[in-house]
Amino acid sequence: MIYNMEYETMPREALEAIQFKRLQATLERVYAMVPFYRNKFHEAGITPSDVRALSDLHCLPFTTKQDLRDNYPYGMFAVPMDNVVRIHASSGTTGKPTVVGYTARDIETWAELMARALASGGASRGDIIHNAYGYGLFTGGLGVHYGAEKLGASVIPISGGNTKRQIMIMKDFRPTILTCTPSYALHLGEVAQEMGVDFQGLHFKSGVFGAEPWSEEMRQEIERKLHLSAVDIYGLSEVLGPGVAVECIDAKNGLHIAEDHFIAEIIDPETGEVLPNGKRGELVFTSITKEAFPIVRYRTRDISMLHREPCICGRTHVRMSRVTGRTDDMLIIRGVNVFPSQIESVLMEMEGVEPHYQLVVDRKDNLDLLTVRVEVGEHIFSDEVRMLQTLERKISKNIKEFLGVSAKVKLVEPKTIERSEGKAKRVIDNRVL
Amino acid sequence: MRVEQISVFLENKAGRLSEVTRILSEAGVNIRALSLADTSDFGILRLIVNDNDKAKEALKRNGFTVGKTDVVAVEVGDHPGGLHKILDVLYQANVNVEYMYAFVQQSGNNAVIIFRFDNLEEAVKILTQNGIKVIDGSVLYGM
Repeated sequence: MIYNMEYETMPREALEAIQFKRLQATLERVYAMVPFYRNKFHEAGITPSDVRALSDLHCLPFTTKQDLRDNYPYGMFAVPMDNVVRIHASSGTTGKPTVVGYTARDIETWAELMARALASGGASRGDIIHNAYGYGLFTGGLGVHYGAEKLGASVIPISGGNTKRQIMIMKDFRPTILTCTPSYALHLGEVAQEMGVDFQGLHFKSGVFGAEPWSEEMRQEIERKLHLSAVDIYGLSEVLGPGVAVECIDAKNGLHIAEDHFIAEIIDPETGEVLPNGKRGELVFTSITKEAFPIVRYRTRDISMLHREPCICGRTHVRMSRVTGRTDDMLIIRGVNVFPSQIESVLMEMEGVEPHYQLVVDRKDNLDLLTVRVEVGEHIFSDEVRMLQTLERKISKNIKEFLGVSAKVKLVEPKTIERSEGKAKRVIDNRVL
Repeated sequence: MRVEQISVFLENKAGRLSEVTRILSEAGVNIRALSLADTSDFGILRLIVNDNDKAKEALKRNGFTVGKTDVVAVEVGDHPGGLHKILDVLYQANVNVEYMYAFVQQSGNNAVIIFRFDNLEEAVKILTQNGIKVIDGSVLYGM
């Protein structure tokens, strides 16, 4: 089902006219309201009036995660705090998270885009949506929630965790649409099996899965084990949250980007040059309707490509291929963004611990397992087992508190963490998606 | 009245212990006593050797993390109740034993046990007060 027929199937020409009008308005506003953008535009020798066509977008400077950090927490907001009705945050590369804000109209826009996304994934009024994305600072839970209500569906705000209880609720409440991360979907399938519950006997039609990269093989596995049709959803809090792009259940071949609200580009991550359709590179987004937290040419670090061929579903919006990787070292562990540098900060705050560590990520029973290997130097070594075990627990606890992700800490001998050309190999990701 | 013990951090994987013994053997160090405490992930090897400095230096040069701790060597009567007598004295005095292990050689008709205490001074005082023989490091290394 197409939720907003007018906008989602708008002819390209009309769509691009709207994009340009909205882009101009956004540029005028950030130039006037956000010192960061004004300075950046000055440095580049550009004013908003220099952008005379959509194709002039590439002249504007990029915005990076570092820029957001430098303006922590509210420096990038383009409205007074009086007008901000919601704040979300995602992990930053070190201690501080990336903070984003929403006006009442932004929340309305987000709900509209999530209603479109859920409809695109097969949901409609009358469906019961089992929303197992985490509720909180993370945008997943509340993003889906507002969209589900906007669509007129019934939403079960179950959030993440407590898997056995989730299975019971699935049996009793009879939800028809599942929303969660793809790895959690598979985990639900396994726990159900252990409990003797067959997904075939449940009532799911489809699922909208995202917040972490996954593969076509994983989709097939989810569809086979959970007896539902699985679509991919994409979003990031810096741009909006979930709902920036979503697959249609008709084609399941690329995610339609909500182009009446965002302009997407693919660039060469090395040179910053814009790449043509069908070329793989880094995704860059410009928001063109957001009020509280507009963003211009944001480098997502996600690798994808754009396709403009018409889609069988009738939507005219450009499609991005599923994200296949990152241009930085960010890991997504159980839906939580983790940068190795964050783990390093945790370790460095502990007395005597040296920054010789390595992250090993495995997937067991479809749940991500993070092991942090830490080399034991003389300052933390003890002849007593108890002391070393206490240290392991303390590191683990600090990581959990600081990053919100569970990690097993494993102490290792010095110099056992592989160093290539003097640079330690910080991440070993053994997950097969 | 104390004995110096060196401890070595070992990962629980094949060949690590023999690597330590190889290094010590090549450095001409003689092991007098040892104990290995292990968990599922790692182990701690504790050693009493005839030359601490030489052993420590050789192990560190080969990349091991090495620690030094003071422990107490106690003569234990080699007959039923010999060890119990000592432990009972410590228990009565409320002295906590972190860990203990046996020495490989005997001193006369007695066995030697190595003790690691929380409070070494206090433990030695109580042991000697109760007529238990504590062996000094210098004697032990050459035993």
